[in-house]
Amino acid sequence: MMTKCFLLLSLLLPTLSMMAQSDKYKTAMVQQIAKLDGAMQNGGFTDLANSFERIGDAEKEQWLPYYYAAYCQVMNGFMEKDKSKVDPLADKAEALITKAETIAGAPNSETEVIRSMIASSRMMVDPQSRWMQYGQVSSGHMEKAKQQDPANPRPVYLEAQSKFYTPEQFGGGKAVAAPIFEKAIAMFDQFKPASEIHPSWGKSAAEYFLSQCK
Amino acid sequence: MRTLWVLFLVSMLAGSVTAQTTIRGKVKDNKGKPVPGASISLKGTYDGATSDSTGTFQFMTVENGEMFLVVSSIGYDPLEKAVLLNGQPLDLPLQLREAADELKAVVITAGSFEASDSKRTTVLNSIDIVTTASANADVTAAIRTLPGTQQVGEKEGLFVRGGSGEEARVFIDGTLVNNFFFTSVPDIAQRGRFSPFLFKGTVFSSGGYSALYGQALSGALVLETIDMPEQNAASIGISTVGVNGGYQYLNKEKTFTWGANYSYTNLLPYFELVKQRPDYFKIPVLHYGDANFRIKTSKTGILKFYGTWQVNQLGLRSPDIDSTRLKNSFSLFNNNLYANLSWKEKIGSHWKLFLGSSYSNNLDEISNQLQDENNDPVFSTEMPYRSKNFNGDIRAELSQVKGVLDRRLWGLSILRFGGEWLYFRDQLNFTDSISSRSTTINDHFKAGFLETDIYITNNIAAKLGARWEHSSLMQKSNLVPRVSLAYKLAPKSQVSLAYGIFYQKPERNQLVINQELDYTRATHYIANYQKITALNVFRVEAFYKKYDDLVKTVPLLSNHGKGYAKGIELFWRDKKTFKGVDYWISYSFLDTERDYLNYPGLLKPNFAASHTASLVIKKFITKLKTQFNASYSYATGRPYYNIRYNENEGKTLVADRGETIDFNNLSLSVNYLPNIGRQNAKAFTVFVLSVTNVLNQEQIYNYNYSYNGSIKQAVRPPANQFFFLGCFISLGVDRTEDVINNNL
Repeated sequence: MMTKCFLLLSLLLPTLSMMAQSDKYKTAMVQQIAKLDGAMQNGGFTDLANSFERIGDAEKEQWLPYYYAAYCQVMNGFMEKDKSKVDPLADKAEALITKAETIAGAPNSETEVIRSMIASSRMMVDPQSRWMQYGQVSSGHMEKAKQQDPANPRPVYLEAQSKFYTPEQFGGGKAVAAPIFEKAIAMFDQFKPASEIHPSWGKSAAEYFLSQCK
Repeated sequence: MRTLWVLFLVSMLAGSVTAQTTIRGKVKDNKGKPVPGASISLKGTYDGATSDSTGTFQFMTVENGEMFLVVSSIGYDPLEKAVLLNGQPLDLPLQLREAADELKAVVITAGSFEASDSKRTTVLNSIDIVTTASANADVTAAIRTLPGTQQVGEKEGLFVRGGSGEEARVFIDGTLVNNFFFTSVPDIAQRGRFSPFLFKGTVFSSGGYSALYGQALSGALVLETIDMPEQNAASIGISTVGVNGGYQYLNKEKTFTWGANYSYTNLLPYFELVKQRPDYFKIPVLHYGDANFRIKTSKTGILKFYGTWQVNQLGLRSPDIDSTRLKNSFSLFNNNLYANLSWKEKIGSHWKLFLGSSYSNNLDEISNQLQDENNDPVFSTEMPYRSKNFNGDIRAELSQVKGVLDRRLWGLSILRFGGEWLYFRDQLNFTDSISSRSTTINDHFKAGFLETDIYITNNIAAKLGARWEHSSLMQKSNLVPRVSLAYKLAPKSQVSLAYGIFYQKPERNQLVINQELDYTRATHYIANYQKITALNVFRVEAFYKKYDDLVKTVPLLSNHGKGYAKGIELFWRDKKTFKGVDYWISYSFLDTERDYLNYPGLLKPNFAASHTASLVIKKFITKLKTQFNASYSYATGRPYYNIRYNENEGKTLVADRGETIDFNNLSLSVNYLPNIGRQNAKAFTVFVLSVTNVLNQEQIYNYNYSYNGSIKQAVRPPANQFFFLGCFISLGVDRTEDVINNNL
């Protein structure tokens, strides 16, 4: 009887540890994702990016850790004051998102969002001379993100944000951006992430920007 | 048995729960400076940390046994270190090595200015070249706002550091361009034939350039054509000087593109409005056509073709200096064909291949006629009039191939070698009042080169090269060294040094007379300091140049000429201090003398000013959707001479000399982009207005002397000012910026 028990247990053990593993993955991801909002306020994206990358390296078959690592690196790029450090950060983010896409099998709406952000961060280094090249790349990925998942609010939010920063004379401005932010927020309300660790960021930022439009 | 099982399981569980190891340490770079933001992780686990601003980190792990610690940070080579985890805290000193990184590595800058769109911060980008107010979309005119060049307005070419216009050569996609400028017209500088929009990269070397290039004593302008366009596009334009249209196709995969452009320039309406000093009896007219295709032969390879056919003509009449009654009537017909085909490919992980070829065929039919007040021809066999009636047909052909192989060594180090073969064929038919001659000269010119870029670290680099050349016409070879070094002082500043010997064939018209002539020679020594950030550039460069074996024409054609040039140059560019304003300042001091052509001894040449300075400013005003560009160039007066031949003594002497007034030129240009940023607009329009010499300041480039020396006449531009107004429309896609570039 006891032998059978042990036998059963030893058979179960791998399964248990696998469950424990995936539990561990989820727990770790939830923990790190929870820190994203804080990083937005106080910095610390490097720390988070490294954590996500570690999870990605250990898991090998999950695209989300690399996705978040890329997101954190590109946010780092946006916050970096020394413009000469932005391109290396964008390179890093690009390498990470490529890994994510490879694991996922193909680019998806969320990875396209990151690619659009990477191009925007490169453009910000020297908008006057880079606008032509990277502006087009950024909006190209934004469009692809919309096509791949018309319900995804993040490309809409990015579009609104880009309009927010574009001068009125160039077809941007707060008045143009506001309705798009509203649309994005409405979409955020409808949007259900595939799981608790799938991307769901953006709503509070959209609300913040909308408040700045008024 | 059962007990054993239980014990085993319990110990396994317990072991994995209880034994925790603390890992702490400090991450430093190879100079001992802390590396913040580095990622430290235990390979295969989630455990790890990020180093803080002092490079310190700490974390705990429940893992046991021997594992690997991975340390990585942007800009450094990752480090893997074996660690034994047994509950004992670990304190690890970790050192990262800076990664070989093109963006961070030192760049050899002595003597060269790079303008490109690469990610590396360069002094200028390609847009800067075309939005310079004084340039009117002429590549070399924009280059003239950089230090080291002269403000010469009476003759085309780049006059670099005491060198004449012939001593700087232009290369497109690696190969020499034989007739880069429109054919010379007496006392009027001509533009380059090629639109700046064709090029994505420009390297202007005012000395000490690479062994890959030769046959230029003073400088090299190396242009690289664009790769794939962003999208399909059609364009049309109309301006005060003509009309143009073009189309560029790009396939969906962005692997193949072709395009063609045509433009027609006719200065009749413009000359009706703006009076010119010479009497243009044949209005300048130019037909320009080009075609291109580019094929991505693989992920890393591209095949590029560009070909152009240009036909132009003009005829102008000006008073003859030796007689108040007579006039000189000069006319020109030019037919120019140019084609360039090149292929670049990576072979394996270590090799890169470049193959380039080009062909050009240029025909100039020039004639000068002495005319009376009724514009009827006058014939005279007397001096000085007998040489003023002439006809010349000059055909210059150049076929060439060039091959370069790159072998990647360690890090960023590269070994590069290759060769080129150029076949020059020049036919000259010349008739004047007393004689007629017809000559053909052929030259098979071969060169081989070897060069290596050695990076000792990211901070120290050396470029060592050698070049061998042989001319079948002269039956002479030469072998020269080229050396440059660069050392990074701080992340953003560096010093570089360059040394090299440069040979150039004597001019075609000299070789026609005497093929025994030897190569002319220059030796360059350059020292450079540069500090460059994303928004500022500061450069200072000092040089010394020695000329040997320059061609003298008096008393006999020989290589007995010599000379020197030395100077110091400054460049400052700033996009930061004034919000939204981008400006640069360049200053050159030049001390040079040479004994060449008919000079009686060492003289400061008439194309050399001691002090030259330029200020270029650009500002885009968003509210007005308009970019404003201004540029101011200043140069101190240049010397001029009346050099006369004394038959009794068999040598020349300076009968009269002087210095021209200082040169000033303020140019403005405005680009208005009404459709910029408009969503989904199908047509984009750019209006361009530009004016040179806004203040209408007097410009005198030189003086011509009459045959008897009693009269001297100032050489001025054909008109003090040049006005340009144009409207350019790009259809189908947002190429607004391209259109500005193309037509500024």
